[in-house]
Amino acid sequence: MAKKKSSGCNRTVSEQYHKLMEQCKVHMETMDRELPAAREDLHELLESRGVSRRDFLKWTSVMTAALMLPPMFKPMVAKAAENFSRVPVIWLHFAECTGCSEAFLRTYYPNVDDILLDTISLEYHETLMAAAGNQAEACLEKAIADFPGKYVCVIEGAIPTGLNGQYLRLGPKGKTSIEIAKEVTSKAMATICIGSCSAFGNIQAAKPNPTDAKSIEDAIGVSTINIAGCPPNPVNFVGTILHLLMFGAAPALDGQGRPLWAYGKRIHDFCERRPHYDAGEYVDEWGDEGAQKGWCLYKVGCKGPYTYANCSKVRFNAGVSWPIMAGHGCIGCTEPAFWDTMAPLEQPIADKPIGLGGVEAEVDGIGAALLGATVIGVGVHAGMTALKSHGQPKKTDEETPSHNEH
Amino acid sequence: MGQRIIVDPITRIEGHLRIECEVENNVIKDAWSSITLWRGIETILKGRDPRDAGLIVQRFCGVCTFVHYEASILACEDAFKVKPPKNARIVRNLIHGAQYLYDHVMHFYHLHGLDWVDIVSALSADPKKAVEMARAYCANPYNCSETHYIAVQQRLKKFVDQGRLGPFANAYWGNPSYKLPPEANLIIVSHYLDALQVSKVGAQMMAIFGGKNPHPQTLVVGGISSVMDVLDASRLGEYLFRLKELKNFVETAYIPDVVLAAAYYKDEGLSGVGAGVKNYLAYGGFPLDDDWNTLLFPRGAVKAADLAHPIKIDEAKITEEAIHSWYKDDEPQHPYKGTTEPKYTDYNANGNLKGDEKYSWCKAPRYDGTPYEVGPLARMVVGYAQGHQEIKDLVDGTLKATGLPATVLFSTLGRTAARAIETKYVGDKIEGWVNELITNIKSGDTRTWTRCDVPKEGEGRGMTEPPRGALGHWIRIENHRIANYQAIVPSTWNCSPRDKAGLRGPYEESLVGTRLSKVDQPLEIIRTIHSFDPCMACAVHIIDPQTNAIKVFKVA
Repeated sequence: MAKKKSSGCNRTVSEQYHKLMEQCKVHMETMDRELPAAREDLHELLESRGVSRRDFLKWTSVMTAALMLPPMFKPMVAKAAENFSRVPVIWLHFAECTGCSEAFLRTYYPNVDDILLDTISLEYHETLMAAAGNQAEACLEKAIADFPGKYVCVIEGAIPTGLNGQYLRLGPKGKTSIEIAKEVTSKAMATICIGSCSAFGNIQAAKPNPTDAKSIEDAIGVSTINIAGCPPNPVNFVGTILHLLMFGAAPALDGQGRPLWAYGKRIHDFCERRPHYDAGEYVDEWGDEGAQKGWCLYKVGCKGPYTYANCSKVRFNAGVSWPIMAGHGCIGCTEPAFWDTMAPLEQPIADKPIGLGGVEAEVDGIGAALLGATVIGVGVHAGMTALKSHGQPKKTDEETPSHNEH
Repeated sequence: MGQRIIVDPITRIEGHLRIECEVENNVIKDAWSSITLWRGIETILKGRDPRDAGLIVQRFCGVCTFVHYEASILACEDAFKVKPPKNARIVRNLIHGAQYLYDHVMHFYHLHGLDWVDIVSALSADPKKAVEMARAYCANPYNCSETHYIAVQQRLKKFVDQGRLGPFANAYWGNPSYKLPPEANLIIVSHYLDALQVSKVGAQMMAIFGGKNPHPQTLVVGGISSVMDVLDASRLGEYLFRLKELKNFVETAYIPDVVLAAAYYKDEGLSGVGAGVKNYLAYGGFPLDDDWNTLLFPRGAVKAADLAHPIKIDEAKITEEAIHSWYKDDEPQHPYKGTTEPKYTDYNANGNLKGDEKYSWCKAPRYDGTPYEVGPLARMVVGYAQGHQEIKDLVDGTLKATGLPATVLFSTLGRTAARAIETKYVGDKIEGWVNELITNIKSGDTRTWTRCDVPKEGEGRGMTEPPRGALGHWIRIENHRIANYQAIVPSTWNCSPRDKAGLRGPYEESLVGTRLSKVDQPLEIIRTIHSFDPCMACAVHIIDPQTNAIKVFKVA
């Protein structure tokens, strides 16, 4: 009986995957026809960087699993990787610090992600482009005209909406970031917010938000895929582009627009210091015995229990380190409004008010608040609706319970 | 009246900068620089825990990552009256040193290089001759072989043939202001590609003790948090291993490439193109002892390029004013007392900046009422004028290698060369610091933090010398909270608009008199502006709010 039931279930799953595969094939054929030719041959480049065919296949297995797809999708991931450099990217800078671009330039994995990022087809990126002024603006206009509906718009930075948007004016005509964002996103295949500024407003939107800075979605009402973090891990960007190439849709997102494959798990649950938390071994102050022994950082303010991201697994800068490894608590930078909800950054939230149920009780409450309670169920199967459904009205600041007023 | 040209966006910088110039017969007669973004982070700091300030102000800038973090922590330590232990002081220098190495490399190749180097011309280079040329400037040049140069040419050719140049599209290739022969262009372009990888290694050096890059997360008021990494010999080894790779690149690519470029651009340097205000200011940085008595970069100023009479800094003479900035209070103010309330007055109806009125989100910092340039050139000039032996030897050595007189320093070329020189200066010191750290730990000192508490009241300042120049943060604490926060950052000094006396800021002054080969191609403008390594996001956070509220201003 039980056996029968499970095989029936398997059949349904398998049917779904085959359907998904059909969608994927149709989409990739369209992309193959429509995208401009590859600027560089991926396999030549991999070879020149000493990545063998075998390494590449291993990488596709890992990436397929990371994107929460079954192994049958491995050839499609490989194909998407080959097409990576064909996607025209328009990268905009608004109210930000360029840290996300820097992170993007500094990724260094001894694997394919890094090489893919090196091949990205940047049609417009102010930090890197040789042209300036009028010639730069012409590059932007040309990219929009040449690739309507086919380019990915990447936005780094929030939009200051105060003063009619005039806290930020750009280009020879002095347009506001609101105008430019509307122009560029309206013809994009998808809009990816890189970093917490474009995703959630971040630092300039921290209280009292003097320039009324907002996320792209809140400022101009378009749906975005949010690669959160301050800065985010560039690896999370690669998988998202691959997914777009395969399905023409965002990967499954959480209620904050973050891809679940990268932001679905809590830092605390995969933290290397977790055993010490479970054993009740804490760092009480910087540089003490616990700090020397790598104990849990909760008491010096670690916000890992409230933060959803894959930092503990992928780390930063070729896996050299990550903040918790460097003995400093997580500050929750992938969560909306973290400068306000997570402050003071070097003290535990549970200290104010003293949580009756200890950290885990706090975690549940805060975790729910931060996730906005509703994880919109956008599966990979949802196709373009994934992008659309995510754009539904969100709770405003006032409605979101705040755990930590100053 | 001449023709008004607008360059916006100035690309290959951090942030949002607009330059307007008045041009007559191809010569720039007047110039205005304007920062077109305001974020208001100091307003956001008010009322928060002072210990959070470092992580918050680090978000001024992701290119100058770490440096605002450090300056803020120093300001807090001054206010808390606490001194970090020796290990912490050294580790901060190690992180800062890594920042110098990769940041200057990235600036020269990725942000500034294309102002000197014509990528398209590199395609017509003879790879064999390029190898000979590279060897004339360095015994063992970085990644130098005929096969490699051919591969680089093929890669570039593919882009060009497809008509999809990506970031290299629509630039100024073929402009007569490009002076390098094709072989030199090929050498530097090939290093442009290498530097993409090398700067990643530098970022890893920072991450070893900092947790990540950009935006490390290890400084705390009173010390550092990465005690496990500091006490782990293998981590020190990982750091040193990468240091060697960076130093090798600096010595066999960066320095020879700058000397090579200087050989072809020397006339510009000699005629002083891009010199600017010729006043130089350095706060000094990299403490070599725990009391900051000896600094790697000395503190001081030089006025009107007068190397014979260096000036001692009096901090009380540092002011900021806003007569030409989009803020309310026009009068010069010391940073402890500064106010910054937005007063936006828009552009002219024809879309130009209102050059006679307010025209930038950047304030005008002045020392003793005078505009000063800060940055690598200022550090080298101040050190040279003070007779600092090592700096003098390095500068004189480079001048000798190029056969140029010291006056060549006062130019766009000099600014770019000074940056390369000091990269070597810092790079050569770092290994000694690692040894000092090891010796100290071996002697039994494993302290990385000095216990401290937020004072009820207090005032402090952190002054240091990041890659882009003199940086100061000022904090005032009341009731254990931030009552006031001000930062005067390097790009605020350099990008400054005019002041009450009508004196132009360093960018503006450096453009006046420059000849443009083609008025519709701003190559000479961006070359000089880039030589300062602009960083706008940093520059526009000058706010203090004794008046708390930022009002919504109706735009007329």
